[in-house]
Amino acid sequence: MLLPRDAQDLSEIVAGAAANGEKLELAGGGTRGGVGAPRECEVVSLRQLAGVVDYDPAELVLTVRPGTRLDEIEALVAAEGQFLAFEPWGEPGATIGGSIAAGIAGSRRVTAGSARDHLLGFAAVSGRGEAFVAGAKVVKNVTGYDLPKLMAGSWGRIGAMTELTLKVLPQPRRTVTLAARGLPLGAAYAMMASALGSNAEVSAAAALPTGEVLLRVAGFGPSVEARCAALPLILSGHCQLERMTEDEAAPLWRMARCGEGLRGEVRWDVHLQPRHAVTLIERLHETGVDWSVDWGGGRVWIGTEARDARVRDAAAKLGGEARLWSAPAAMRATVPAMHPRRPGIGLLEQRVRRAFDPVGVFVTGRFMEDADADQLSA
Amino acid sequence: MSIAMPKPDAGTLAKRDAIIAALRRIVPGEGVIADPDGLRPWESDGLTAYRQVPMVVVLPETVEQVRDVLRWCASEKVKVVPRGSGTSLSGGALPLADAVLLGMGKFKRILEIDYDDRFAVVQPGVTNLAITQAVEARGFYYAPDPSSQIACSIGGNVAENSGGVHCLKYGLTTNNVLGVELVLMNGDVVRLGGPHLDPEGLDLLGVVVGSEGLLGVVTEVTVRILPKPETARAVLLGFADAESAGACVAQVIAEGIIPAGMEMMDRPAIHAAEAFVNVGYPLDVGALLIVEVDGPAAECDHLIEEIARIAGENGALTLRVSTSEAERVAFWAGRKAAFPAVGRISPDYYCMDGTIPRRRLPEVLNRMEQLSQHYGLGVANVFHAGDGNLHPLILYDANVPGELSRAEEFGNDILRLCVEVGGVLTGEHGVGIEKRDLMPEMFDEADLKQQQRVKCAFDPDLLLNPGKVFPTLHRCAELGRLHVHHGAVPHPELPRF
Repeated sequence: MLLPRDAQDLSEIVAGAAANGEKLELAGGGTRGGVGAPRECEVVSLRQLAGVVDYDPAELVLTVRPGTRLDEIEALVAAEGQFLAFEPWGEPGATIGGSIAAGIAGSRRVTAGSARDHLLGFAAVSGRGEAFVAGAKVVKNVTGYDLPKLMAGSWGRIGAMTELTLKVLPQPRRTVTLAARGLPLGAAYAMMASALGSNAEVSAAAALPTGEVLLRVAGFGPSVEARCAALPLILSGHCQLERMTEDEAAPLWRMARCGEGLRGEVRWDVHLQPRHAVTLIERLHETGVDWSVDWGGGRVWIGTEARDARVRDAAAKLGGEARLWSAPAAMRATVPAMHPRRPGIGLLEQRVRRAFDPVGVFVTGRFMEDADADQLSA
Repeated sequence: MSIAMPKPDAGTLAKRDAIIAALRRIVPGEGVIADPDGLRPWESDGLTAYRQVPMVVVLPETVEQVRDVLRWCASEKVKVVPRGSGTSLSGGALPLADAVLLGMGKFKRILEIDYDDRFAVVQPGVTNLAITQAVEARGFYYAPDPSSQIACSIGGNVAENSGGVHCLKYGLTTNNVLGVELVLMNGDVVRLGGPHLDPEGLDLLGVVVGSEGLLGVVTEVTVRILPKPETARAVLLGFADAESAGACVAQVIAEGIIPAGMEMMDRPAIHAAEAFVNVGYPLDVGALLIVEVDGPAAECDHLIEEIARIAGENGALTLRVSTSEAERVAFWAGRKAAFPAVGRISPDYYCMDGTIPRRRLPEVLNRMEQLSQHYGLGVANVFHAGDGNLHPLILYDANVPGELSRAEEFGNDILRLCVEVGGVLTGEHGVGIEKRDLMPEMFDEADLKQQQRVKCAFDPDLLLNPGKVFPTLHRCAELGRLHVHHGAVPHPELPRF
């Protein structure tokens, strides 16, 4: 494993590898290494590029180095009454750089946006070994192409970040989970749609196989109480709502946001139009899958023992996409982690990647992209 | 007129008749405009100091026509400038003498509205406001609200990543667009994103939004629609100077309040606006803040109390809380009319758009005052205070020889100042031609080349909206060239563009 101490080290490593035809895998804390095919290549860990560069709470802007641990950042901003509104999550040791590069977002994503919506700017080393910057360190900026959008969720395939600037926001003063119980899935979706479409400002909505629907109401105390009082009237056609304790709600929200606790060795992360979540789960039901629903239906985690791509096929038939999040190595060696791109987009994406990484120093086989590269050259 | 556009290509100009004939085969009837009188209205966008009659205008009505126009132009190496409603303030839709101007104004249909999943699919020529009007009966709206929202098109909003007074709380266009259908210069039609969140792969949608018409032509847009807040209230606060108003803004945010809008005006802007719309702005203050909160009534009441307290702690001289919807609208009327109001006190004005870290505001305003004296031109400031986006309006008279170029130099100095204090050249208007030559103030050559390589991935012959955004045109072959390390290019078999 290579451990660059600064951007200069990193430039030399990447330029050297590019010149010698070597492959490099970029890593933060290494906690998401299990996503993608088993591979053997040199790992460049960015964890020594750590620390806070600048944080001014009143500017809503935080600049950090990528190897800074996510939990450290959460504690830092919480001390100022702020948070990362896209609610990134990860194992202990997960870094901010890794979390942004993996595009990780939690339950609040449905109303607050994702990692891509909160990365304002970065400094990075491209696959050419060149240092460059994009975006800026202010919350409002349209100068030049919005490369931070490309970097968030790029899984280390266009460049290695050496510094990130994030938008931070005030943490809600009060957060309440309202729960309905015993709802069939169709009714659960309808309830989430009504809640998210109401002016009661529900910030997250999830559904679980045990029949719970969770609605999160967050903000200033008087506002939260008023909205909690209004929601039963808004949703009167659906079910009774009860207030859940934090202890009871927390593990359920974790199950919703990342499928924690689902049965099965294989876990899929399905993104689809919310209304299709019901159909997806019904179609997969007979195969004995476990599931959780977040984003009002827009994200479905599937837990299964089946080591084939039937979940992906079912998602695709509904216009959705399924990422293989965790699975035994043998399955990961044959089933690509990422959902195949739509026609036309794969080639465009390849060209954009080559714009950052002309020789493919970051093409490690992790996402089984060699086939795509052949397609491009054909 | 200090910004030079690329020299027209003589070969293209020589075959103008053939180009017109080819376009007429693709878009029959009145969809191709080639006569001098017909072309004249298309000679500029919202940056009216720059004008150029286009070679020809084409107004397609179908995606297939857009595809065929681009494909034909690509095969003939003819440049294309896309245009929405033409309200760009940075010259993003300025025509070129040797380019086809591709107007998307006929794409005016709303294709689908899904209230349960909270999105709308619309054609790019639909105006920003028309989206809200289409969904408001059901209690929804489209959040970004640039001040040109009556006229500006959603396709143009996508190209420019437009903002508005509410974007601190609700985000820019990029945070509210879920997908686009895009025609590339080579005629490929691709769909990026759609009704589901965070699609797989690189976020190509994210880089297309705000790309100023350089990467592709948008033929369909899927936007997020939001439930309309239950209520909105505004408070009008007067301060002795911008420094105390700025301190108030910082404390509001530090105490955890993200207002729906938070606007600042300086003394010249207050006076101009009040003289124009007469809404009762205090005239004996140095800075005025309009703070709007929205949401449940209980929240608005609570936040107004908090904001009033914070304003008092920061020395507010006047405080008025809106007690009715009519009063709230009146508070905004002056701010929304600030540009035309300034237009009444000065023959011409030039609107700037830098963003700064808010803590640097007093220093920036002081130096702007010095620059104002240096150039002998007045300046009025309106300011999206919540997110640090400044709109200095430089007052000049185009009929006085030299004043326009002095105004431009003054503006450039303001933008250099924004970058110097840690800010940016443009917060919401785009680079276009206006700020093109200032890009090296913010980005060095490696940064700009990396952006241009992305352009090459979409449009390798640089035919789409050339002369905008980037100060130097590099050929894609040159940008793709690799430095050779240790005497050998690795993997010679790998494709390189």
